[in-house]
Order: sequence, then structure tokens, then C-alpha cells
Amino acid sequence: MAEVKKNEEPRIGVFVCHCGTNIAGSIDIKAVMEYAKTLPNVAIADDYQYMCSTPGQNKIVEAIEEHKLTGIVVAACSPRLHEPTFRVATREGGLNPFRFEMANIREQNSWVHMHQPEEATEKAKDSVRIAVAKASLLEDLIPKSVPVERAAMVVGAGIGGMQAALDLASAGIKTYLVEKNPTIGGKMSQLDKTFPTLDCSQCILTPKMVDVFRHENIELLTYTEVEAVEGYIGNFDVTLRKKARGVLTLEEAEARGFVGGGCNGCGDCEDVCPVIRPNPFELGMAPMKAIYIYHPQVSPLLYTIDFDSCVKCNLCVDICGDKKAIDLNAKDEFETVKVGTVILATGYDIFPIEEKFEWGYKNYDNVITSLEFERLICASGPTGGHLIRPSDGATPKKVAFVLCAGSRDNTGVGKPYCSRFCCMYSLKHAHQIIEKIPDAVPYLFYMDIRSFGKMYEEFYYRIQDEGAKFIRGRVANILEDPVTKNLHVNAEDTLLGRPIDVEVDMVVLAAAVQPAAETDATRRLFGVSCSQDGWLLEAHPKLNPCGTTTAGVYLAGVCQGPKDIPDTVAQAEGAASAASIPIHLGEVELEPYFAVCLEDKCAGCGMCINLCPYQALALVEKEGRTVMQVTEAKCKGCGTCGGFCPGGAIWMQHFATPQIIAQIDAFLLGGEQ
Amino acid sequence: MADENWKPKIIAIICNWCSYAGADLAGSARTQYPTGIRAIRVMCTGRIDPLFIMKAFQDGADGVLVSGCHFGDCHYLEGNYKAAKRMFLLKSVLKNIGLDDKRLRMTFVSASEGAKWATVMEDVVNTITELGPSPLTELAR
Repeated sequence: MAEVKKNEEPRIGVFVCHCGTNIAGSIDIKAVMEYAKTLPNVAIADDYQYMCSTPGQNKIVEAIEEHKLTGIVVAACSPRLHEPTFRVATREGGLNPFRFEMANIREQNSWVHMHQPEEATEKAKDSVRIAVAKASLLEDLIPKSVPVERAAMVVGAGIGGMQAALDLASAGIKTYLVEKNPTIGGKMSQLDKTFPTLDCSQCILTPKMVDVFRHENIELLTYTEVEAVEGYIGNFDVTLRKKARGVLTLEEAEARGFVGGGCNGCGDCEDVCPVIRPNPFELGMAPMKAIYIYHPQVSPLLYTIDFDSCVKCNLCVDICGDKKAIDLNAKDEFETVKVGTVILATGYDIFPIEEKFEWGYKNYDNVITSLEFERLICASGPTGGHLIRPSDGATPKKVAFVLCAGSRDNTGVGKPYCSRFCCMYSLKHAHQIIEKIPDAVPYLFYMDIRSFGKMYEEFYYRIQDEGAKFIRGRVANILEDPVTKNLHVNAEDTLLGRPIDVEVDMVVLAAAVQPAAETDATRRLFGVSCSQDGWLLEAHPKLNPCGTTTAGVYLAGVCQGPKDIPDTVAQAEGAASAASIPIHLGEVELEPYFAVCLEDKCAGCGMCINLCPYQALALVEKEGRTVMQVTEAKCKGCGTCGGFCPGGAIWMQHFATPQIIAQIDAFLLGGEQ
Repeated sequence: MADENWKPKIIAIICNWCSYAGADLAGSARTQYPTGIRAIRVMCTGRIDPLFIMKAFQDGADGVLVSGCHFGDCHYLEGNYKAAKRMFLLKSVLKNIGLDDKRLRMTFVSASEGAKWATVMEDVVNTITELGPSPLTELAR
């Protein structure tokens, strides 16, 4: 800890990276290196093509020994990319890894000042000077090792969350699988077939649902939401809200002394329930009672009472009888569990496509979304798999599919991104109506067909051969014939270069997807960032697509960005692997950026105590004085206390006041020597 | 008065998780912006002692930019709220000692807002250039 060692003469080595031409293209490397040699405390300055390569790192290792260096500065890319790399080299050379400082002359210099080489070089010199000033004051720090709780949590039990939970659990890790809905399965359980293999979605999903339900290492928490999160990697305390379900499981009934009681899914209660409301699983196209299951294949097979619509008539309680499974006075319950790592798999919602009013969704009966199409074409759906027009129940012969409905849309209403799976499922839909309805003709209005995956392009050709009509052009508007309820789809056929008007029986909008409604609240609880579209932000778009900037929190599936089922499953397995690493290691190192109280300066005023968001600070009596004490395990190193302390008594390790002041002085005063 | 070659000296103190990442993103996207600002990285804007900023002005800074996460997005829950309060207070202090409070600016740039970072850079350089050299420049000599 503590004060800079005054007796140690700093000897800094500066290494300037060319990064090929990424840096050297706009910054005069030699000039920066020569300038570095003139700076106080600099013992050696060198440059290399790629400092992050083995020879580059070896330069650091060798120079530490040769020049008796006390600190290292590398002027290269962002510390967010290669600080860990160079810390390892610093340690290999025999120095404490925290005696390393980086000058960012790529992301925040050469790449953003590509056409101003002189000014960029001046800025690089300033950056090196600032970094040398800090490196001269850096001290040895020892990372703190903390044990990792041998348990993990997966939030969201769609196909991504289920796969991640199965992988973690199969690797011997106790896994809490949290799902806000009464059943697991997610959006995939609403689908009929999956492209391009035309596998039945339920047939490949339900066995996995059963596996999840049965797995001894998975604790399934359905109808449950994350309420609060405390702690850090290895030691997250997650408080869960178990929403009042009103129905007891066999175990819960037994705990209340009703041995042999609890819900066995018989459904007698549903038969007597007098309340009828729309079934959200069927997108409102089928009725459901106040005590309900979404569909017969739910897992767990356990009824749920919707207390917003329940009239508490007690009919269900009476018919349930001795099983005593129903408790109409149930309240939300809270439970806190401790886990080492967390995977977020919160999925997506369909963009409210009625906002694109020109397509008439919710205005015209026969304009439906693709997800509604899935339910209508599905054998277990509300129509038993018979595609019908909502207006009159007739079988549609001509069906228009509008792709990019709300996707790739920069009009302000809609989403700028590609929703990525709509092309493929629309091709599948075209195939399904050709297969099921004799003489049916699907018209696909598309901008581009993005059939990017394995066997996808082949599927596209197959659908072309089957007779689907492809019209390249965005649909301008859809008008309804008020008598026949047929629809006129108006678009420009950009290949023929003329406007067209196609009269069809039904329109299916391949609506864009957006992050699930609760994503924003959930990500804030876990301290995860999001991109401008609201998708959760990965730690690195290419090299760390499953990680987040919060250590110990990982991402799986569409919550990170639109992706189809194979990609979701692949990412889930990646996230599960990443989340299992700290757990299998048993302990993790935390960056030692803790606050330290300089007790001789501390007046014991206690102003810092309430500033700390983690309750890491407390006042204690020491040698007759009141001073502040830091609980290192709780401190995350934000420095909010250190930014306030009126006595300058809080030493923020690695971001200490003298170090920051030295940087400010180096920039503003150091340049004119 | 300032000579023709005068260029503003502007220091930015920015948080690691949002604004620094946003600035890196501007780089990855090769979004070009003026060179006039030097950034210092801290883990959180909550770390920023108002004295750092006073010291920068005393050292002759013509402008200071503090940039952190959006409210509700702070990696440390609420450091940016505390920083914003402090900057608000500090602005009134600056006014009272005769410095234009536009010389201190706080912005909120997320890790995904590379383009916004470039806009902020441009905006801050323009504002400070318009204001001219800090009246405290003499102190630093």
C-alpha cells in the first residue's frame, strides 16, 4: 500500500508501436521515440513494428533487466485491448505488472486524425509524456484472490438459456435457471418448423425442456424475476422475486404438510374457471382461463393463476379438493441465492409493427405477423394447423410476405439493423403454404434475401423451384378491399423498374425484433452496457462475443443481437464454457484498484461512508481515533470516495491523486521545456 | 492577447467503461475529429476530485471535459450522478472566480456512441476556441 517510495529513482522504458501502418501511417514514430528519450525519468526508448508480438514483448522483458527499469510505458493501441498483454510482459521481466502504463496513440489518435500527421504526432508526444509521468509514480500492487461460488445463474429460459444451463449443469455446476414466464421454452416453443431442415420445432425443443426439468444440477425457477444484484465475480448475491403463482408444486405442498398434494397438472381447475381471457402464447388467437397453462407441453407442468383477472370464486379450490394445490392468497416471495457467474439470455420481442401504419397491421384483419403465422400453421396451434384468413376463416391462396418489415429501416419508425432470421423463416413459410395448400402462391417482397448460413442458400433455391414468387422491392403500402377483405400490396418492383399492385388474400409481415421488454432493467441490475439499439454489449465484438465488461457476467442468444437458433445455441455453449472457467478455477483475481485509508490524514468525518455504493467503508476506532476502514472484498475501486475526501486521506490504488495530478501537470506544464 | 498560432489546451478526464470505450469505438470506426484534446482515463467519473479540475485550470488549461456513462448506466451504479453534482457545483465556483463556466463541460457518452464522442470532441474544441485563452494562462507560466 500507500505512499510512493520517495527513495526510488524512477527509470522508465518507453516503447512505441508502429502497429504496421495503423499508427505509423499518420504518426512519426521515430520523432515520438526521440522525444520520449528527452523526458525526465526515461531510461530507454525503443520502437517496434508490432509491440504485442513475441519479439515486441521480448523487447520489454529484456529492457527491464538491462536498464534496471522501474516502470514501462507502451504507446500503442487502447489499454482496453492490450493492457493485460503488456502487464504479462512486465511481470515476465521481473517487475510488478501494475508498473505498466499505456499511451493510447491508435484508437484515440492515429485512427481519428488520419489526415493530420503533424498534429497527431504532437498529440502522441503529449500522450507519452502523460503516461511517463504516471508510470514514474506507479507502485507495486497485489491482486486480491477471491473464492468463486460453485454455482451459476442463467437468466432467461429460451433455447439459449436452456442450452447454457444444460452445459453448465452437465459440467457439474449447480445452475439456477430463472424464467419470467410460467414455462420454459421461449420463442422457439411458439414455432412450427425450423429452417432449413424443416425440423419440427417442438420435437427438438421439448426433449431439451424435459432434460432441463429433470437435471439434478438445475434448479428451475419459473415465473421468477431478478429483483436485485449485489457482489462481484465469484460472489454475486442475486435476489429473486418468485411471483405469486397461487399453485403449489408437489414439494411445496409437502412442505406445508399436504403429503401427496400439490399440482399434478390434471387441469380440472381450468375446466371450472369462469374467467376467459386471451392466451398470450397463442398471441391472443385462442382463449385461456385465469388459471392456466400456455399449452399442454409446458415444463414444468404446473398451473398458474393470473391474479389480475382471477375473481377468487374458489371453484378451482373446491375441485382441486384434497390435493390442496391452490392458494388464492399467495404473495410474491423473495429468495437470495449466491452464484459465481451469470449468463444473461433474455431474448427478444417482436417490434410493434402496427407503428408502420402503412401496412395496416391491427387495422386490416388479414394482415398478420410471422409469429402469428407460425401459430396458425402449427398443428398444435389455435386452428390445428389450418391456415385461415382471420376475416372469414377461408383458406388463403395468394399470400404476400413482406420482408424487412421494420428492419433495415432508417425512416425513424423501425429498426436500422437486419433482424437476421426473417428472410429464412419467410422462405420456410412460403414452402409451408405451397406444401399445405393446393395451388397456393406465395409472393415474397424482399430487399435482399440474406441466406447466409449452412445450407441456407440451397434452401432459397429450393423455394424458388417450388414456385414462390420473388418481388424485389419494399412495400409502400397495403390497402384493403372493404368488401372482400382482400389486400392490395403496392410496391416498386425494382428489377422491372415499375410499380406493381398485387391483390392477395393475406399478408404476413416479417416484423423486426427488438430486445425483450425487461432487458434494460435486467442489464442495469448486472451493470451490463447496451448498444444504441438496446442489444446487450459484448466485451469485444470479435474476440469476446460472450463476455461483458462486468467480470463474471456473460451473454447468450438474441439479447446480444439478432441471431437464429443455431447461432443462439452456439453462443449459449460458448457462454456456458466461459462462465464455467472461473467456477472450475475456484478463485479469481480482482484488479487491486481498492481504496486505502491514509489513517494519519483521515479526520474520521465519515463523509465517504454514504458515498460508497457498495457499503465498503466504515468508521472504526483505532488507537483512540476514529478513522475510516475499507473492506477490500466489497470495494470495486470506482473512487467515488477518493474524489470527495476533503482531507485527501483516501488513496485510490493505481488512480491515486498524485498520479492523476502528475498526468495533468505533465500535459499542461511539461510540454514547454 | 492570443497570437494567431494559439491553440486551445483541453484536457478530458473520462471513465473507463463508457466514454473511454466510446472514444475507442470512434477510433475503430475511423471517425475523424479535431486533435485538440488529451484524455486521461479514470475508472469512474466519481473518482474526479473537483481539485483535479481546479489544478488543470491553474496549470493553464483552456477547457476541461469530464465524460462518463449515461445516468443509470454507471458501471459503479451511481458514480456519474455524484460526478455530475460536483461538476454542477464547480461550475458555479468557476463563475464566481471569473472563469466562463463553459470552459468546464460534462458529457455522457456510452461505449456504443463512437459518433457522439467525435461530435463532443468537435463541439468542445469549437466552444473553447471561441472563448479564447483562459485568463489563468499567466498563472501557469
